[in-house]
Amino acid sequence: MIMIGALVAVCATLVWRRDGMSGVLEILTSDLTLFGGILPRVLAGCLLGAFITEILPHEKVSRSLGPSSGLKGLLIGTAFGAILPGGPFTAYPVAAALLTVGADFGATIAMVVSWTLIGYGRAVAWELPILGTDFTLWRIVISLPIPVLAGALGRFVYVRMYSKGEPS
Amino acid sequence: MNISALIIDITLWGSVAVLGFMAWRRGRVVLVSSLREGSMDFINIVPRIALGVIGSGYIAAVIPPEVITGWLGPDSGWFGVLTAVIAGAATPGGPVVGFSIGAVALKVGGGPPQVIAYVVAWALFAFQRLILWEIPFMPAKFVWFRAAVSLPFPFLAAAIAMVIGKP
Repeated sequence: MIMIGALVAVCATLVWRRDGMSGVLEILTSDLTLFGGILPRVLAGCLLGAFITEILPHEKVSRSLGPSSGLKGLLIGTAFGAILPGGPFTAYPVAAALLTVGADFGATIAMVVSWTLIGYGRAVAWELPILGTDFTLWRIVISLPIPVLAGALGRFVYVRMYSKGEPS
Repeated sequence: MNISALIIDITLWGSVAVLGFMAWRRGRVVLVSSLREGSMDFINIVPRIALGVIGSGYIAAVIPPEVITGWLGPDSGWFGVLTAVIAGAATPGGPVVGFSIGAVALKVGGGPPQVIAYVVAWALFAFQRLILWEIPFMPAKFVWFRAAVSLPFPFLAAAIAMVIGKP
């Protein structure tokens, strides 16, 4: 937190030295607008996370997404990440909720990576218009195996790094 | 507000409503306690997100896109892939910035495998998103672990792109 604050302060000072006070204020207003727009979605994301923590039966989650869920757990994580609506304000609270209710690092990694690489939200809203359909589809096809592989690698490394610790 | 933002909001709040209904079916206590829990998370996270979102404009202003496009250059081969991955990790700002830089790089002659590596690296571990979005919501240990595990994959994506070629 302090590090980020310092980084932001340094960057703001650099902007001020370069563009003067008006440059600083211009960025501030545009970011404040963005922040205002994002806030309700952050609330929605936090509520989703909390509901998931309450509703999902913990034994069932740790069976289907836990350390011994095998390839199936990674595939479920991948599918879940791909269909999850919303942006970072939903993906991360939901991922944190999954960790709380018994998913292991591997399945959660598969979910987060799948959300960022093959989730439709960003692809449809930003990538298609900017990079074009051909490139986007090609990129997504190439990315398809990555969430499962990343989850498998994560699980493989995790077991060896924290062999006696219970996965959190 | 554009259409896709509207659709995102509708699906998002729709999911909240469905899950809220499911919680309510479990009983009022479940609903109230998860509402309280979610609101507490929200209150805890807002200051961190505020710093991130309001600060990111300054970070983006200091690292201009031209610098990053330079790294993406027309270098082909694995050296180009490596610089593309570093550029992806260093790219600040939201989705518009990353995809636009990719589009510019394609136009100025960057190879498709390099641009793929760039977009994938940026999606997987752009430092600004890790610090400003992922860390506030998730255990830091998980975030660094996930980023480390993700490292090989932009290279893998570039390799696949080189093998299958562009359609």
